[in-house]
Amino acid sequence: MADVTITVDGRKVSAPAGTLLIEACKSAGIEVPAFCYYPGLSVQGACRMCLVRIEKMPKLQTACTLPIAEGMVVTTTSDEVVQARKATVEILLGNHPLDCPVCDAGGECELQDMTFSYGAAESKYMEAKGHKEEQQWSPVVYFDRPRCILCYRCVRVCGEGMDVWALGIQNRGVTSLIAPNKQDHLECEECGMCIDICPVGALTSGAYRYKTRPWEMNHVGTICTHCGDGCKTTLGVRRSKGGMEIVRGDNRDKSGINGDFLCIKGRYAFDFANHDDRLTQPLVRRDGKLVPVTWEEAIDHAASRFKEVRDSQGGSAIGVIGSTRTTNEENYLLQKFARSVLGTNNIDHHRTADYPAFAKAIAGKQNATATLRETMTAPAVLLIGNDPTEQHPLLAWNLRTNLRINNGRIYIVNASEIKMRRQARAYGKVPMDGGESLMIHYLAGEDGAASQLESGELTRDALRTFRDQVKAEKGLIIIFGSELRGEDVDALLRFGSQLGAKFICLSDYANSRGAADMGLYPDLLPGFTSLTKASAFVEEYGALMPKNPGLDIAGIFGAASAGRLGALYVVGSNPISRYNFDPAALKNTFVVVQDMFLTETATTAEVVLPVANAYEKSGSFTNTFGDLQLLKKAGDLAGVRTDFELIVRIADRMGANVRKLVPFGRGTRADMGQSRGAQSGEADRHAVWLAARNLEPKLSPFDPEALLDEIQRLVPGYNLSRLNLFAGQEVHTLAPEHSSVAQPSSPESIVPANDTLFTSGTLGRYSTVLNSVIENRRATPAENEIPAD
Amino acid sequence: MRYSPELEDRFQRLVTIYPWRRSALVPMLLYAQDEVGYITDEVVEDIAERLELTPLEVRNVISYYSLLRTRPAGKYVVQVCTNISCLVTGAEDVLETCKERLGVEEKEVTSDGKFSVEEVECIGACSWAPAVQVNYDFHLNVTPEKVDSMLNSYRGGAKA
Amino acid sequence: MKTRYTPTPLASHPDEVRIISKRFGQGAQDIDQYIRLDGYKAARKALEMQPDDIINEVKASSLRGRGGAGFATGMKWSFIPKQSQADKYILVNGDESEPATCKDRLLVEYDPHAVIEGTIIAGLAVGAKLGFLYLRGEYRYLLEILEKAVDDAYSKGFLGKNIFGSNREFDIITQTGAGAYEVGEESALMESLEGKRGIPRLKPPFPAIKGLYGGPTVINNVETIASVPPIIINGGKWYASFGPEKNGGTRLTCLSGHFNKPGVYELPLGYPAKKMIYDVGGGIPNGRTLKALVPGGSSTFLLNREEAESASMDYDWFAKRGEFLGSGGVVAVDDQTCMVKFALRIIKFYQHESCGWCIPCREGTDWIKKTLTRFHAGAGMEKDIDQVYYLANNMAGRTFCALGDAAAFPTMSIIKKWRSEFEDHLNGKPCPFEKNVREMALV
Ligand SMILES: Cc1cc2nc3c(=O)[nH]c(=O)nc-3n(C[C@H](O)[C@H](O)[C@H](O)COP(=O)(O)O)c2cc1C
Ligand code: SF4
Ligand code: FES
Repeated sequence: MADVTITVDGRKVSAPAGTLLIEACKSAGIEVPAFCYYPGLSVQGACRMCLVRIEKMPKLQTACTLPIAEGMVVTTTSDEVVQARKATVEILLGNHPLDCPVCDAGGECELQDMTFSYGAAESKYMEAKGHKEEQQWSPVVYFDRPRCILCYRCVRVCGEGMDVWALGIQNRGVTSLIAPNKQDHLECEECGMCIDICPVGALTSGAYRYKTRPWEMNHVGTICTHCGDGCKTTLGVRRSKGGMEIVRGDNRDKSGINGDFLCIKGRYAFDFANHDDRLTQPLVRRDGKLVPVTWEEAIDHAASRFKEVRDSQGGSAIGVIGSTRTTNEENYLLQKFARSVLGTNNIDHHRTADYPAFAKAIAGKQNATATLRETMTAPAVLLIGNDPTEQHPLLAWNLRTNLRINNGRIYIVNASEIKMRRQARAYGKVPMDGGESLMIHYLAGEDGAASQLESGELTRDALRTFRDQVKAEKGLIIIFGSELRGEDVDALLRFGSQLGAKFICLSDYANSRGAADMGLYPDLLPGFTSLTKASAFVEEYGALMPKNPGLDIAGIFGAASAGRLGALYVVGSNPISRYNFDPAALKNTFVVVQDMFLTETATTAEVVLPVANAYEKSGSFTNTFGDLQLLKKAGDLAGVRTDFELIVRIADRMGANVRKLVPFGRGTRADMGQSRGAQSGEADRHAVWLAARNLEPKLSPFDPEALLDEIQRLVPGYNLSRLNLFAGQEVHTLAPEHSSVAQPSSPESIVPANDTLFTSGTLGRYSTVLNSVIENRRATPAENEIPAD
Repeated sequence: MRYSPELEDRFQRLVTIYPWRRSALVPMLLYAQDEVGYITDEVVEDIAERLELTPLEVRNVISYYSLLRTRPAGKYVVQVCTNISCLVTGAEDVLETCKERLGVEEKEVTSDGKFSVEEVECIGACSWAPAVQVNYDFHLNVTPEKVDSMLNSYRGGAKA
Repeated sequence: MKTRYTPTPLASHPDEVRIISKRFGQGAQDIDQYIRLDGYKAARKALEMQPDDIINEVKASSLRGRGGAGFATGMKWSFIPKQSQADKYILVNGDESEPATCKDRLLVEYDPHAVIEGTIIAGLAVGAKLGFLYLRGEYRYLLEILEKAVDDAYSKGFLGKNIFGSNREFDIITQTGAGAYEVGEESALMESLEGKRGIPRLKPPFPAIKGLYGGPTVINNVETIASVPPIIINGGKWYASFGPEKNGGTRLTCLSGHFNKPGVYELPLGYPAKKMIYDVGGGIPNGRTLKALVPGGSSTFLLNREEAESASMDYDWFAKRGEFLGSGGVVAVDDQTCMVKFALRIIKFYQHESCGWCIPCREGTDWIKKTLTRFHAGAGMEKDIDQVYYLANNMAGRTFCALGDAAAFPTMSIIKKWRSEFEDHLNGKPCPFEKNVREMALV
């Protein structure tokens, strides 16, 4: 829309017509105070804090409800206005408990800040204040009614934002209060958005309340370790006996791709890191039992046996299974180690999406993959399969927001009645097992498929309209889940490309996409590079690198039970539980496991190495959309080491050339020689430069950034801008577009995680919060979902 | 939830006449209360279902309106207006007399469950103050002296 | 449950001009009797008229809203867009909850068909096909009368798909509230009618553009609507002639409180307050004198004796003073009444009825109520008087809807005009008018 110009406190301010006055002021750096106004949620005009004087208008006006108009003359700072705000804060304080010294929000409270700004310090109120006991509404949500100022933010974010509608407003006048949907408790998605958005300490988090004071924490912005969306989360960390303990997660600064959104996992499920079962000592099996040993012993043992097997039976007798929750650098390093040191292509990971098929189908197209941000602005989205509400909460949030704010249209094809269908312009309920595939062929014009798709809910007319509407869309984004594999993915891309659509292939874990991009495949090198196009890598990886495809995860366990697998190296994965492999298969295999916990797989191992999790190290993740983001080290636990360091140490003990494995020092622009202090001063400046990036010293071979250099150089589609990355932004990578997959490997080994909002693979089992919520649900059986509003 | 045939009919009608179903909510709640005595959880669930609302939404509405209650009251709710017109014409004495005759405090129910007393806001009978409403019946120009006969007319339930 | 119906007493006075009360007490609840008394003539006539002509007649009558705001009715109707995608509606406001106001009840009780007829005419004027008659929940016996009247109108074919055989359609739905003053506010009224909490809506958009169910909506008070048929029959000029300029016609004036002859009288606008008090109302009982007059419901600025005796009961006399004529509820307060107690009772009402949406009203009314309670009970302090005024002043003009003003205006005027009575309560002195104060001092 065209810009209009208004005058605020004597300054000219221009903004698009229709902009709310409060936003126009903000854009000009003029702050108009507000409690009830919250960007993106419906306007209320309830708190009256934003009153301003506007020429030719009899009364003070609320800046939060008033769209600007050409020539408007606004005063936001006159005595009259300031006095009005002061009076409002005064009467709020009149009924406020003022228990700030013990309140969680103390120091982060908007009411405190307003009181400070408008100096409503003197207490004119001498009547008794209404007291009410604090209530627990759910394992994670507590409500302290007297502190509530009734800004209705929680009610709106729960309803409009989350489409949960679990909070209501009851009674009237001073007795008004916020009420949970089950009278004395809440039944909801436990996202905690209501707590986060509460300007005061009325809604508090069971996980955090009364634990600490905001100013006693350090705050580190990093990436959530759970689903594949990759929300930024700001972790509040505090010194503890074991190191640095994470006590809180939020994203109040709204930086990062998720704005202020976090789901229950991102907000609370960091707590697995503080779990008592964390391993903090290396273990080696001695006469049948795993016993604590020194790091030297453990690493020597692992390294010498690996060497032995390689030299005696050859690399093909060794299997390697990587992780969907370790960093890109670690995954890259792992496959490089496997291929160049162990000399094997027997490498795989827990696959939750058919990326190879996706890469093959999309290869050569320009920018054909959509970013996460685009899902909030796209004019239209076609969602096939998956259940974003449960499996991709941020994606679901984006799609809802896009509908609410930009009228973005959503088309849904799914075999189950997923909750997102409430936002759908059209919803095609297709038959279980293969319905999605049929639909693609129908969309692509094969009317024959209609007969199998038709059903009570989905008439032939509905089908036709659905197809016509989708085909009429410009700027469509097509998002699909693991229901589509192999040929179907091909077909979908053929259909979508004609519409000029962009694509998103959904996978389940925080770095599933990274694991795929970094080449944790027996037949694919990093960037979906087929073994026949390996030249660039061969130079770097050296002679040992095998030419032929290795065994996939099933093949590896098959070889083991056939007694043909000498050694197995499992890094941050639990295949025995995820794939239900028979542990007995490994009885003649030398198994080394790196993990945080003694998982089903770890218990079969001969060497178990305790490791740090993604909150405890730096590096990068690639979310399911291909957006690369940096991790920052937040938590710390004495006795654990990063997978990165352990891989390097094992390689070192095996006699490999560590400098070739990790070309450290290269990424830095400082000269190593000088930084050793040949000319004094250099070293210091160099140290400062390193510290500023809070990354491990560039002088060690444990420097993930050194590998990021190599990844940028060698991995197609990863030649990204470090500038933006270090500025804290995500950077979209394009591995699939640059892939050279010849023959995508069979999709059998794809096993969807099928996580819900309250589970998260093996990790989830160690989250006290997630377990308590699940427990709580069992206690109070949920009835059917609430109708949309 | 089972209602009398009359009420069931009324509900069937109410849910169809408005441009938006939900408009039937307040009347349905009030009529259900008239029959059941107060709005039970069962009534909430039932009406929510008929109007395709969540029980939460229904409770939000109930708690807003003064006439709607979720706890039992006396069979006859004696509502004494004490707003300005009644106040200056002696409503407070009428209120006190009602409480005293029935031996209950504000919002209490008599032991026989028959009566409860409430002080209420203006009931639109100001020119005939002091005014009292017993359930929906208006009693005008009430004086402490008239309280007994007023209450008696409800005793024995005959005229209920 | 059954409701007992005892007819509401009627009053009369020679100065009355019986336009809308002319059928009171003549059995006009019965549709045939209503027709006999020129009923439904106006509707038939309106069917022959162009919509704009109807609106112009009403404009010419200078009929102004009887609900309290006093907005020109013809003007309000003319705001309704001629063309509209969404359906248009007429919403008749019978929430009658303004303390001291008890007039709409008489119209519905004694002349329900006049309300129905006025609603039909409003519908014809703006092109609405559906009208709602909203009565406050306490008026159950009126709802029963009204429902019967509506049924009768349907069976006579005055309502429905082909009204008066004109092939034009108009339907009426009766609706009951459930006890909430705020629901009388027009936008809260629409929320309530839509089955929601009675929280007012943001304006703009105004009801005339986007109201009930998102459609253009005319909202009028029962008395306003009932005044329409006579205007259509006798013409706007005729109606206007009864009152001063821009203050056409008559209005039902509800005299209550310390009058010798309380009751509802239909007086022309601009009627001298002095005659109203001492002649129509019969003066103040027990040989006492007038201390204060509430001119039109508890939401208006109170007048002291001098002001009252010089006032003229029309919108503009009050508007010139920056005050309001209000809703027709006139309360006389004699010299033996405690104005602190009076102010307390008024604020108690608004504290109880505040919807709670916005902070100044929700917290302000509560704070004033608590302070005045303590004050009247003898635990007041000098600074409380200014504090109460300060709080009221902070509500005035700053709240989400006009309820904040309604609470602030009487409070401010009482403190301004009877400050000395507040001072008489200071330093532990007992209330000069009330031996044993009822409210406890909550400190
Ligand atoms: C708090 C509040 C309460 C009101 N209560 C009523 C009421 O009970 N009856 C009424 O007719 N108007 C009431 N009004 C006025 C209505 O908002 C509206 O102005 C009126 O119904 C319009 O009809 P009229 O133009 O015919 O007066 C109230 C206004 C406010 C702010
Ligand atoms: S949506 Fe995914 S990434 Fe975001 S917080 Fe939840 S689990 Fe973490
Ligand atoms: S921010 Fe404008 S009223 Fe609350």
